[in-house]
Amino acid sequence: MSRVLEVDHLRVTFPGADGTRVSAVDGVSFTLDRGETLALVGESGCGKSLTSLSLLRLVPPAGRIEPGSIIRLGETDVLALEGESLRRIRGRRIGMIFQDPMSSLNPVFRVGDQIAEGILAHFDVPKREARARAIALLKEVGIPDPASRAGAYPHQLSGGMRQRVMIAIALAAEPEILVADEPTTALDVTVQAQILEVLDRLQAARGMAVLLITHDLGIVAGRADRVAVMYAGQIVEEAATAALFARPSHPYTQGLFNSIPKLSGPVERLRPIAGTVPAPHAWPAGCRFRPRCPIVHPKSQQMPPMLALSNEHRMRCWLAESPIATDDR
Amino acid sequence: MTALLSVVDLVKHYSQGGLFARKAPPVRAVDGVSFELGRGETLGLVGESGCGKSTVGRTILRLQEPTAGRAFFEGADVFALERDALRKLRRRMQIIFQDPYGSLNPRMRIGNAVAEGIEIHRLAQGAEVTRRVAALLEEVGLDPSYARRYPHEFSGGQRQRIGIARALAVEPAFIVCDEPVSALDVSVQAQVLNLLADLQQRRGLSYLFIAHDLAVVRQVAQRVAVMYLGRIVEEGVTEALLARPSHPYTVALLSAAPEPDPASTKQRIVLAGEVPSPSRPPPGCAFHTRCFHPERSERCRTETPALRPVNGTRAACHYAETTPRPDSRAG
Repeated sequence: MSRVLEVDHLRVTFPGADGTRVSAVDGVSFTLDRGETLALVGESGCGKSLTSLSLLRLVPPAGRIEPGSIIRLGETDVLALEGESLRRIRGRRIGMIFQDPMSSLNPVFRVGDQIAEGILAHFDVPKREARARAIALLKEVGIPDPASRAGAYPHQLSGGMRQRVMIAIALAAEPEILVADEPTTALDVTVQAQILEVLDRLQAARGMAVLLITHDLGIVAGRADRVAVMYAGQIVEEAATAALFARPSHPYTQGLFNSIPKLSGPVERLRPIAGTVPAPHAWPAGCRFRPRCPIVHPKSQQMPPMLALSNEHRMRCWLAESPIATDDR
Repeated sequence: MTALLSVVDLVKHYSQGGLFARKAPPVRAVDGVSFELGRGETLGLVGESGCGKSTVGRTILRLQEPTAGRAFFEGADVFALERDALRKLRRRMQIIFQDPYGSLNPRMRIGNAVAEGIEIHRLAQGAEVTRRVAALLEEVGLDPSYARRYPHEFSGGQRQRIGIARALAVEPAFIVCDEPVSALDVSVQAQVLNLLADLQQRRGLSYLFIAHDLAVVRQVAQRVAVMYLGRIVEEGVTEALLARPSHPYTVALLSAAPEPDPASTKQRIVLAGEVPSPSRPPPGCAFHTRCFHPERSERCRTETPALRPVNGTRAACHYAETTPRPDSRAG
């Protein structure tokens, strides 16, 4: 399997009070292979979106990717790129779909032009050719009557259509990796099903790797090969999808599963996680989940490293090293 | 037993405004909705954007005036009431909104926001008001000392709790919950859903629970009604509707709902096309343009189906008895 992306010890900081720097992403590491889908799952503020923006060096200006972070696209060191060479990877090596298509599409340009812009930026083709490819992309993402829709402005399209346009733009330069940041959160559930189907089909056809960022475990179950759960700027559990769903092991992951209402099985009172997510400047020392954890491991004053539970399953929790006998949670 | 709330043929159309737009057809947001709600009961109202579910909630409370139809609450004809009588009735019918960031006045300390209803309805005075506010904040899981703070000092989940405290302050019998957890993270959502359930038990409240997420509705509602383009297309006891949906749209909604189970062999039905505009709903059955029922016929284009009992629920489909359902609701 060829490795297309390697992220190691990624750390992103922002200015805090008194000139200090506060980490929002704190030592995140993961890899992505060709054709694979990795889901990055977590709630607001865990750092998942910022992680994905870092891959394209799109972190907001006040943020800083700290030295020691590594982002490698095949042989290319993304953090060493500047100017033209950086622009060349955006769209061409990695494409990105954002959550809210209305604020990510330029309202004053026709959608066909927005797709063609990406093509012209990366390929040396005449405008006629770019136009033809843009229409072909609109067709590929399932927009009916693509030749005439190419002339529409974003506000003339529905939410589902706009998201399809975003996918077309992201794919215009034929990237090897697609980053999808909450691609269906703003959409109705039947439209969501359509968009996910488009993504599946395109991924299979192009052999793309996908980094899927979401808070919705239901979406993950159907389509990710592996899942990484984030909390307070760190990955706290990582496993093949089937293993994560069969044996969620980190107490935070278990808490997430216990919080989700389900469509099948008995209707039981939900068991939410106590308390709330701490803000980055107020992360507790040691294990960041400790204040909310139903089990407090004797070593939890010390930050746990990622520890192996089995061949494809790791978690950032001392329980992996020394389980505690507890009554059923 | 008479229902607490009875809604009959509710209609709300919005005319597309402007001096120069006289010929534009009205937006038929709610196009003939009827249901009943008993004491201590929760009715879920489910549908996707634009189906009219929020409009139903707001119109029943007369936050917007209906175009037609009736609503009876505790025996009173809500739409016929004069201002003073309506104000008195409003004590008994409250609402919690979806957006925890937009529904609290940013310039009001939250204690005052919660107290406002108590004062308007003269339920208490002076120190008693303060005492009640403190008790309400505790009841929703907030420290009473937070009364002095402003909304921006709270998280989304906390603001939602404040909204609930505000609704409870006037001792209502009925609360319209308009997508109360859609904007919240999963773990916070669970906390708020549990709170709503506890309050219902403790105070005998009735809820009209409006949502787009079927799993959330299943968690809280004994009965559910599914809306499409301004009409109820299926309704019944929640478990019956989920186990054996009879309307094709309900089948599609269930099929599209992501399930956190990688082993699920759920066969997905992906609907073609988009929801038609509510200003130009298709003739006959509003769903026929996207319907996958194999028996779909000319009748669907010309004759609007009525809600009728089929297989344990009531569905508005001419061929509801034979609606195909993918196998598989794991059990």
